[in-house]
Amino acid sequence: MPGSLKKVIVPLSETNIPRPDVSIEMRTMEVALPEETTTSPEQTRPVEASVVRKYLLSRGNSAIADKSFKALMAICAASIFGIVVLIASELVISSQLSWHKFGLEFFYKLNVDPDTHLPTFWDPVAGTFYALPFLYGTLVSSLVALVIAVPLAVGSAIFLTEMCPKLLRGPLAFVTELLAAIPSVVYGLWAVFVLVPLLREHINPVLMSIFNSEIAVKTLGWTGLVGETGLFGGVNYGLGMLAAGVILAVMILPIISSLTREVMSAVPHSQREAALALGATRWEMIRMGVLRNARIGIVGSIILGLGRALGETMAVAMVIGNRPEISKSLLSLGHSMSAVIANEFSEASDNLYLSALIEIGLALFVVTIIVNALARFLVWMVTRGVPARVN
Amino acid sequence: MGVGIEVTNLNAWYGTNHTLQDIQLHIPANHATALIGPSGCGKSTFVRCLNRMHETNPIARVTGSVRIGDIDIYQDASPVEIRRRVGMVFQRPNPFPTMSIYDNVASGLKLNGYSNKKHLDEIVERSLRNSALWDEVKDDLKKKSGASLSGGQQQRMCIARALAVDPEVLLMDEPASALDPVSTSKIEDLIFELKSQYTIVIVTHNMQQAARVAEKTGFFLNGRMVEFDSTHKIFTNPSDKRTEDYITGRFG
Repeated sequence: MPGSLKKVIVPLSETNIPRPDVSIEMRTMEVALPEETTTSPEQTRPVEASVVRKYLLSRGNSAIADKSFKALMAICAASIFGIVVLIASELVISSQLSWHKFGLEFFYKLNVDPDTHLPTFWDPVAGTFYALPFLYGTLVSSLVALVIAVPLAVGSAIFLTEMCPKLLRGPLAFVTELLAAIPSVVYGLWAVFVLVPLLREHINPVLMSIFNSEIAVKTLGWTGLVGETGLFGGVNYGLGMLAAGVILAVMILPIISSLTREVMSAVPHSQREAALALGATRWEMIRMGVLRNARIGIVGSIILGLGRALGETMAVAMVIGNRPEISKSLLSLGHSMSAVIANEFSEASDNLYLSALIEIGLALFVVTIIVNALARFLVWMVTRGVPARVN
Repeated sequence: MGVGIEVTNLNAWYGTNHTLQDIQLHIPANHATALIGPSGCGKSTFVRCLNRMHETNPIARVTGSVRIGDIDIYQDASPVEIRRRVGMVFQRPNPFPTMSIYDNVASGLKLNGYSNKKHLDEIVERSLRNSALWDEVKDDLKKKSGASLSGGQQQRMCIARALAVDPEVLLMDEPASALDPVSTSKIEDLIFELKSQYTIVIVTHNMQQAARVAEKTGFFLNGRMVEFDSTHKIFTNPSDKRTEDYITGRFG
């Protein structure tokens, strides 16, 4: 029903603000008012219970359904928790032998052979098992991966969300995500046949000539990062920590990039406009209006990438060199926790050997938990006191 | 001090949609000018053309000339330079939520590399005083996030943020439409105060607001400027029938 038109006086000023130089007379205005309804409730309600009402009444008490649903969901939740506990307890029980023999030293001892005075961490024949080089290899290769992947991922996310023509955005994002679909053993193969020769022939010589040049040694020698004993000293095998780090970087790139992209595109447009209206250049707008608001999400995506890098097995095992040694140089061969388990599990000939491998598995489990806890702490530090409300 | 704005033959498009057609207008310096009209009539597009925000949308296009002071903003300067001179306040308050109140207000200056700490403190205080927010926030300038304020306070903070870069023109795109009546009247008082120092262009749906704060009023309809005159004339004796129909509420 259309409302009837009535004349109502609408004052032009509702507040007590001092009037400026204009004084405006009241004007009349036509306003549509709804007509009153005259139907009473009795008229609309049927006397007999309807079919629907009868059906609903026949449904009875739903307490049992609610309770069993709750129980079912509780079982689902508990099963996940149970699996974690089972894995942890199995790891602890199966690693007892090695735990009793080496104790906590298993994780930190810089073991040196008494006869040759060379470090020997892992000698299955002699029954010597110390895990430090594997911990070191896992952490360092993951760190190298982050150093390479984070700028690339964030840069590509900035390009895709802020600068890319709409037409190109979809295909480019799709290709980035395609990287995540490649099985890690294929990455390993590619690394062995393409990446490692490339590093050996072209990239490593350049890095070595830069880091080991006289100027670098003179000016930055005190850092210990340059020269023959620095980050790029020693023999150039192609394989090694750097190769593992690069292949890990390629593997975690799509995770970090796609999550960063999502976080950035979730930043409201008004934030970009706010920065632009203040006279921000494109980069300043992205820094102030986008990255600042998205930083928590970006940290989260980096941590997820780190989580994948820490646990990645196959590709790393194929290029890291599988030598349980600790060296500052990224060109040297190394080993990682997951790689040693994958490589040596089938040939573990005695119980101590097997137990040591399982203890490395336990350590990997613990390291992942520590990294996640650290990450959460970081996020908490960043978010503390800052309400996440964005208008 | 503010400068005048001379708009000649301004046309704007969103894609194939011709949203502004042949706008001719002179906006006087150090006065408040209100733009009224029904939704979608092009008044927001018009103010966004005055600081070249319109073209941040990739499908948008503009022709014609806008002179602010002695600069043709589409010929003589880059968008970034223009936006440093022409401040803007948006319909919905858009504080930077990760910054403190202080950093929000100082953001325009920090963006441009201004780092004289003592001077920044003064500017932040002056801007917040100018936007009538100082007394409410002076105790937790650096403690509280800009997003923790109420909507009306946020909007006044956004005005302070725009004032901190000492603009010549202040554009306000329905600055009070998302606010309650008390906050609205505070913003209106503020505009009333500020117009002696800045050239203010305010888009509004609220005709009483236009009547209260502005000396000049322009009426937009379907992408055209129907009438532009003193506010008093527009509201008491408009020369165009469509203007009269609109302000008496007969359509729109």
